[in-house]
Amino acid sequence: MDDLFSNFDLYLKAFGVTVALFAVSGVVSLLLGALLASLRVGPVAVLARAVSVYVTLVRNTPLLMIFIFMAVAGPRLGYTFKSIEDLSVGDWSVSAFFFRSCVALSLYTSAFVCEAFRSGINAVPLGQAEAARAIGLTFAGSMRQVILPQALRATVPPLVSVQIALLKNTSVAAVFGMAEATFRMKFFSNRNADDRILVFLAFGVGYVVLVEIVSFAGARLERRWAVAR
Amino acid sequence: MTASVLFDAPGPRTRARHRIYSVLGVVALLGLVGAVAWRFQDRGQFAYDLWEPFITPEYVQALAEGLLDTLQMAALSIVFAVVFGVAFGIGKLSEHAWVRWPCWLVVEFFRAVPVLLMMYFVYFAYGVGDGGIGAYWSVVIALTVYNGAVLAEIFRAGINAVPRGQAEAAYAIGMRKSQVMNLVLLPQAVKIMLPSIISQCVVALKDTSLGFAIGAPGLTFVGQQIYGEFQNQVQAAVVVTAIYVAVNLVLTAIATWVQRKYVGEKKLVVPMIGAAAEDRGILPAP
Repeated sequence: MDDLFSNFDLYLKAFGVTVALFAVSGVVSLLLGALLASLRVGPVAVLARAVSVYVTLVRNTPLLMIFIFMAVAGPRLGYTFKSIEDLSVGDWSVSAFFFRSCVALSLYTSAFVCEAFRSGINAVPLGQAEAARAIGLTFAGSMRQVILPQALRATVPPLVSVQIALLKNTSVAAVFGMAEATFRMKFFSNRNADDRILVFLAFGVGYVVLVEIVSFAGARLERRWAVAR
Repeated sequence: MTASVLFDAPGPRTRARHRIYSVLGVVALLGLVGAVAWRFQDRGQFAYDLWEPFITPEYVQALAEGLLDTLQMAALSIVFAVVFGVAFGIGKLSEHAWVRWPCWLVVEFFRAVPVLLMMYFVYFAYGVGDGGIGAYWSVVIALTVYNGAVLAEIFRAGINAVPRGQAEAAYAIGMRKSQVMNLVLLPQAVKIMLPSIISQCVVALKDTSLGFAIGAPGLTFVGQQIYGEFQNQVQAAVVVTAIYVAVNLVLTAIATWVQRKYVGEKKLVVPMIGAAAEDRGILPAP
């Protein structure tokens, strides 16, 4: 255990990478998922069908296989994402590993985000739309004042649980060379064979704390937005 | 076409506009497929000998054995997870605080910890070396505790979903606590929970692929061996993914059928990690 305490910066840095993976893929998956959901519920049947196929495929594929597509199969097709390392903003540059992991996590999570949005929209009763049109609201007005506020509120709980799952799924990046928390747990576990349980608990508690933070934030958001029905 | 909450029934002009969008959409999709196909062609990934292993009997058999291992691991872990889930789900409902709190702690901890972290821990602490339990059982144990913790929440929610009057009536006719649980609450709860349990099978099946990280047998592992031998990474990934998707679709179809046959429209509300029990519901965890 002394090893872990004397190298505590590695522990923090590892969770830093986990949080970075989570934050980037979280935002990208929300945006991509919102775009997919708008096509999924939109009036153009072809696009709705295409998104539904994408969502079904991705939801039933193990995340590990998506990582294999990105990290193992991708290079065979010439997608190495190496060029991303040439881009740098000031001192910041992104490693191909990080970029690839974020792409895999975002592609995977966006399918679940899409479903969360769709279930939120489905939770709005049809009568609400009919009543909005009946009192003379325009399309934009009924969207902005009646339908989307209700749909977004119903979307928060499933979205939060999707994001929590994403936070835990960042661990899969450890298999493909990201030095994040799960990778470090393995590292410390192999260096401190006598303290394996403590090392595991230390990293497990780190994840629990992160999950509780996301969960708490979600609960706050939901409570703030809550309306009497 | 069914009425949508978002859009009115389209008029002639809107329909014409939608036709244009449809054409544009089809062009974009074909462009996407074409670009991928062109990339395959460009890199010679359509070459017959790269795909040949997947129609060669011995490799098909290896894949089938890998699939069997995967299904076995998923099935074993779900069976154990149901036992774990019943024990801790009922434990969380206990009237005694000294039973309830430890159960709550265990369930919350294992729901929040990534399966892969658990898998690495079990494997490196108990799996490797002589007398170790090996990669196969490490996967099963890691999946058991994770899915067990998720199922514990599902069981608790299922038991709570049985109308209160049922338990009150059972107590009123003089049943004891264990009788109320075993004869009245559980049989009704199981019916409500069945679809959630089957969806959890999909999650377990998908997560068995993580055994790849510790060299456990299974579909992904066989795929790795095949692409290690033939250098056909793309083809192996496509075929293995297709098998996973097919099996999961079958499981999902069964879950839908069970839901329709035994449960009807009623949805089970399972609280999120770290949240107050009563005020939230989630979809099955990804």
